[in-house]
Formats: sequence, structure tokens, C-alpha cells
Amino acid sequence: MSDLHAQTVPYVRDTMLPEQSPPAAQSGAVRWLRENLFSSWFNAALTLLGVAVIYFFIAHYFPWFRHGVWNAASLQECRAIIAEKWGPEASGACWAVIRERWNQIIFGFYPTELYWRPILTFVLLFVAMAPVLYTQLPRVLLWGTVAYPLVAMWLLWGGSIWPVVMIAFGFMLGGVILRIVSRWSALGALVAAIVVPVLFWAFLMGPIDDDLSYIAPIALRPIGSDQFGGFLLAIVIGVGGIVMSLPLGIMLALGRQSDMFLIKTLSVVFIEFIRGVPLITLLFVASTLLNYFLPPGTNFDIILRVMILVTLFSAAYIAEVIRGGLAALPRGQYEAADALGLEYWRAQRLIILPQALKISIPGIVSTFIGMFKDTTLVTFVGLYDPLKSIPDAIRNNFEWKGIYWEPFIFVGVIFFVLNFAMSRYSMYLERRLQRDHH
Amino acid sequence: MAFAHDAPERGFRLSQLIYDTRYRSLTIQAVTMILVMLGVWWLIGNLLDNLNALGKTFDFGFLEQRAGYDIAQTLIPYSNDSTHARAALVGLLNTLWVSLLGCIAATVIGVVVGILRLSNNWLIARLMTVYVEAFRNVPVLLWILVALAVMTELTPSPSAYRGDDPAAQMLLFDSIAFTNRGTHIAAIEFTRGLGVINTPLAPISLNFVAFALVVIGSIWANRKLRAHAARVQEATGVRPTIWWKSLLILLGPAIFLLLALGITFSLPVLERFNFTGGLNVSNALVSLWLGLSLYTAAFIAEIVRAGILSVSSGQSEAAFALGLRPNRTMKLVVLPQALRVIVPPLISQFLNLTKNSSLAIAVGYMDLRGTLGGITMNQTGREIEAILLMMLIYLLISLSISGVMNLYNRSVKLKER
Repeated sequence: MSDLHAQTVPYVRDTMLPEQSPPAAQSGAVRWLRENLFSSWFNAALTLLGVAVIYFFIAHYFPWFRHGVWNAASLQECRAIIAEKWGPEASGACWAVIRERWNQIIFGFYPTELYWRPILTFVLLFVAMAPVLYTQLPRVLLWGTVAYPLVAMWLLWGGSIWPVVMIAFGFMLGGVILRIVSRWSALGALVAAIVVPVLFWAFLMGPIDDDLSYIAPIALRPIGSDQFGGFLLAIVIGVGGIVMSLPLGIMLALGRQSDMFLIKTLSVVFIEFIRGVPLITLLFVASTLLNYFLPPGTNFDIILRVMILVTLFSAAYIAEVIRGGLAALPRGQYEAADALGLEYWRAQRLIILPQALKISIPGIVSTFIGMFKDTTLVTFVGLYDPLKSIPDAIRNNFEWKGIYWEPFIFVGVIFFVLNFAMSRYSMYLERRLQRDHH
Repeated sequence: MAFAHDAPERGFRLSQLIYDTRYRSLTIQAVTMILVMLGVWWLIGNLLDNLNALGKTFDFGFLEQRAGYDIAQTLIPYSNDSTHARAALVGLLNTLWVSLLGCIAATVIGVVVGILRLSNNWLIARLMTVYVEAFRNVPVLLWILVALAVMTELTPSPSAYRGDDPAAQMLLFDSIAFTNRGTHIAAIEFTRGLGVINTPLAPISLNFVAFALVVIGSIWANRKLRAHAARVQEATGVRPTIWWKSLLILLGPAIFLLLALGITFSLPVLERFNFTGGLNVSNALVSLWLGLSLYTAAFIAEIVRAGILSVSSGQSEAAFALGLRPNRTMKLVVLPQALRVIVPPLISQFLNLTKNSSLAIAVGYMDLRGTLGGITMNQTGREIEAILLMMLIYLLISLSISGVMNLYNRSVKLKER
């Protein structure tokens, strides 16, 4: 039988063939090119088009960057250097303007010898943010975060330290009263904690401030808002707006979800009104209209006014983002909180908001990015933003007349880096906070 | 039997207003109401005091006064003898016009970029990512200013088109000329036009009306044809070939009408100082339009990408399993589901673009903010009236756009049981 079988099967391989490498078109760079760039005639055409676009940009703009001049006192000098070095036809970037004026782009017209104050404020910002961003740090540091806005205000605008201390004291007074009186009556404590500090600020702050300033005159040189500018201004308005708009946005979102008709109506009207008008009109309200609605003779700082309106603006958007987060939360979470017997605020604080805020992180961060970009619009109410007013001011000098692209590129790159970093951080945060197993 | 709720009736105590959940919400609302009314009363009182102190009044009579300033680009007839109300209307139309143009361009660019970003072509996907990230993370004001700088600094002056060997060339058969004083485009004119009807608001071109009627009629006829083809298909199982009939119905009447009206193109011609003839589009409009549409397109691209990714691959696999061809899968299965995700954020991007068009102030394009909230406000000194009216108009635009969005959302909502 076995003989017969051996004769019917003409050939049986009894050894394994050595493994061979795949054909050239199926491996390595060629395969990658075929799959990713030339998988069909349409893709091939797109690839060629893309290469052509890249080539066009490099061929046109790379020489401009390569011819860049870093050391010159004026645009004419830049052009002279480029013409001498690369020939009369060559064009090149004049980065010397950035080298000479970058202080102005960053700090505006802040006095040069006082740059340490905004720099210190900026460094302290990270110290203040650290306990919020890194939960491993001791919780005591959060008190520094709470105190930071007042410290920053004093460092940036200067003046006597005592009004700032008085404001902080008022808050502390409120906190202490809340703690003590709530032993007898929660509502009474709340009312007292609001009324007493307000009375303190209204009647006692002035005289005490005068006395203390007389006894111990601790003061920094006052800097007016008209000397702020550049990225200093953008960051002050941006960070101030972010810090103030988040709590307001949460309150508005809860108000919009509320069962109480009046609260809900007020929230909806406010949110829809703010979202329905351009920010620029609100800035005009800040610069011209606000004075009409305040007691005659009131005239407070323009940056503060702008910051208030920017806060209201972004609070409305944040409220909508958080409302999305609240709506995305399964009903069971609300019902479970009710079943545990938690009252409204406790349920919100312990169960609803932590989850809803987690869901809304991407939206909140993109609102913040949008607001930071929108801080450039303050140029239209006469503040020195880094994008339009400062470059315009630089161009007004005879030496830098007609310089367009270099300031645009410099400012654009800074905005890009800051915003891109923010969006990446939000993606990281989203991943870190993810609790379900996808 | 005594149940918990059978507790003995007790008189209403004042503390129940705070501690009883049945009454607490009423208390809170009453207190809020009082606080809000006090606040409003305070604001209005301040307003009246301030107006009295300045000797001003609150009335909109200034809208009827002569405006006395010129507007470079208007969609309806306007001269400096017109009223402030008319100037505001011109500004409003300019706002709507640049918003409309911007929305169209942003949608086209955004859809293309969003789809290409999902392409399996490595290079193109990377390029589109660079575009989206670059435009999303930088203020729109920068893009508008860059577009303005490109339009005014990099384009040649009209004199560059002069001479036997000009430094600059007109594009597309001499129909477009970019200059640093504006873009000149060939205009469509009719030798046998039907004329215009003058209404107080704006003159209506009968040519345009006739053309619009013919196009609407063609579309209606084409739908009838397709419905007929579908009926034939259902009855016999064979779909008649109609694409050439469709094409004829859609294009034939319109082309015939244009020829009957004697269509000609009036080309821009270089005169002594500048181009004349054709349409002159100001650089302000072009740069505002470019900046707004490129910026918004980056956001729309992300929306489109998210929408397409939101349709699970099982849907298209199921469609293929049913034997649908790729383009029908796209049209019948993927797109309807993706659009449900895409359209609401898309419309809110349109809203953003419309609101961002108020940045026209940066390039000197006279939109609503430039006329009513700009020159009119400064000339008449009526800040409160002008700004409130401007906000109201923007609010109405926004509310009507979001009204459209709500209608759409209702129509595509999943039917839940």
C-alpha cells in the first residue's frame, strides 16, 4: 500500500524551505509609500499636490527666514545688511525689531525698572496653580492659591498694601463669622457672613486704611492701567476672566437647570443675551456705557471694567458647557443622591458637579482658549493688546515704519504655543480623570 | 392607623418658609425677585441721574437725521444725505453679506479639510492637521490683519498693470485684477435687461428675479422628473436613464434666459489712475472674508471629522453587506447619521462667524458696528441708544439663527419611545 502511494504522489517535499523576505513592493519604505501616499491614482495626485504646496512655501519663504537679520537699529539698516550680504534682489526677515522691542510686546509700557513685578506675579501664578493641578501636594498650599489674586493685584498695580490687606481681612472676617454663627443658625450665619464684611468695607476700611498708611507706609509705586500692554495685559485679562468666570458659570448652569421658575428664567435670559451679542459690543459697554449705569462720578479702572465684561461673556459660554455636562450625567446619579438623603448643595458638591465638571473639561478648556484669544479685542477700546496696538505703536516709529510680518509671526507663535499647550493639557487631564474602562 | 403624614395639623409657622422644602423655593424666588428689582431700579436711577447731569435724553429721534458721511461699499443705494437709520441698514446688510460669504466659504473649506484629515494619505492628513491647529490656536484678529497686509502690501499697485511689459498680469482672461486699492472683477451685464423696480428700501433687479424664478422652476421640474423615474422603477424594476434629461432641465432654461437677456461681461479696464468698469471689491471686504472663513473653516473641519467618526464602522459594513455601493452607502447610511451630529455645532460656528464679523472695525469695512456703533454714535453722541440698538439687532440675528437650529434638531431627533 505504501509503495503504491509513493508511486501515485509524484513529489513530496521533506524539508522546509528557508523563509524568504517579502517582495520589495511589500516591505519597507516602498510598501509604506504605496500604502500611505500612492494607494490610488487620486491619492497619488493629492500627494503630488501636497508636495507642490510644501515646495512652494519652502521655495518662497525659506530664503526670507534664512536672510533674517537680528542685529540692526532700523528697517533701513536691515535692508542694507540683507542687500549687502545676499544681493540687491534678496528679501529677508528683520528680526531685529523683535530683539529691540520684545520687552514692549511682552510688557507694554510698564516701566522697565519694574519688570520684576509682573515677572514675580507670573512666577507666583504657577506656585498658586500647583496645588490645583497636582493633587499630591499638601492641601495647606491652597490658602496661597486663594490669596493669590489679591497679591497679584497689589504687585501689578502697586500702591499701598493696606487696602489689599483690608479686603483680605474682610473675607477672613466673613469666614470666621460663618464658622461661629452657624452653630446656632445656618441661615443667620450666611446673612451675617455677607453683611458684616460689606459693612466693614463700606465704613471701617477707609479710616483704618488711612491710619495704617500713616503708621506704616508700605507701598509700591502705583502703575496706571494705561501702562499695561502686550502679553502682560492679555494674560492679566485672560487669567482674571478665567478665575472669575468658572464659579459664575457653574452658578448659571445650575440656575438654568433649576426647578425654580424665576431663577431659571433669569439664567436663560442672561446666558442667551450674552451669547447672542459679539464680545466687541460688550467691550464698548465696558468702555462707554458702564459709566451711565453707575452712580454719577464713579470712574473705576478700565482694565477692571473690561475684565468684568469678559468674565460675564465667558461665564455664559462656560454655563452652556457645564449644562452639557450636567445633562450628560445619567439620571441615576441624581436619584442616588436623593436616595441618600443629601440636600441640594451637598448633592451638587459631592456627587453631581465632580462628575459633570469632569465631562465638561474639554469644553471648558476650549472656552478658556477662546477667551484668551479674544483678549486681543481690547485693542478696540484703547488698551494695548499685543496683536494690533503694540505693533501699530512700533510701526509708528520712524525706524520701524512698514514692518508687518515679523511682529505678526512673533505674536502668532506665542499665542499658538500657549493655546496649543492648554489644549494638550486638557487632553491629558481628560485621560487621567477617565474612570470607566474603555 | 397612624401614618407619618397623618401628623397632627399645626398652624403655619414663619420658619417653614426657610426650613420646609415645600415653601423654601418660593422664599428664595421672592428674595431674588426683590433683589433683581432693586438692582434694576438702582441702575435705571443712575442712568436717569447721569443723563440729567449731561443734559441728554433717551430717544431714537437721531435715526431720522441726515447721516452726512459716506460709506465706501454699499449693497443698497446710499448717499451722505440719507438718514442714520439708512446708514444702519447699510451696515446691517454689509454684516449679513460678509457673514453669508464667509459661511459659504468656511463650509466648503471646512468640509474638504475635515474629510481630507481622515484620508489615509499620510502627507495630506498631516498637512490638514497643521492647517487646523495653526488656525484654531491663533486669534482670528491676527488672520484678518494678515489677510489685510497680504491684500495691501503684497499686491501690485494699479500702475504695475500699465505698459507694454507690465509687472503684473490680470488673471482669468483679464477678468480679475488684484491691486493694493481693491480687487477688480468682471461684472455681468445685460444688453436687453428687464430693468429695475425702485422700492424705498432697495431697487429690485427684474433680471435677477427672472433668473431666480427660472432656477426654482427648473429645480421643481427636476424633482418631478426624479419622482417619475422612481415610480417607473417601482412599477417595472428598471430605472429609466434620466441624467441627461435632468441636466437639460437644470441648465437649459437658465442658459436660454441669460442668452435672451443678452448677457455680456464688463471687464475692468485700466484708466489713468485706477481700474474702471467691472466690480470693485474693497480689500477690506476681501481680507475680512478671507480671515473669517479660513479661521472658521478650521473649526468646521474638526466638526465634520468628529461627525464622520461618530458613525460606527458597523453601519457602513452593514450597508456593504446589504449590497449598497460606496456612494449610496455614504448618501443613505453614513451622511444622514453624521449630519445629525454635524449640523448643530456647524450652525453655532455660523453664529460665531457672524458675531466675529464685527471685527470689521480692524480693516475699516463698514458693517453694523462701523456705521451705527461707530460713526453714527460718535457724531450724534447717543451712546446708549446706538449700543443698545446694535446689541438688539445682533441678538435678533443670533436668535433667528438658533431658531433655525432648533427646528432642524427637532426634525432629526431620534424617535424615542
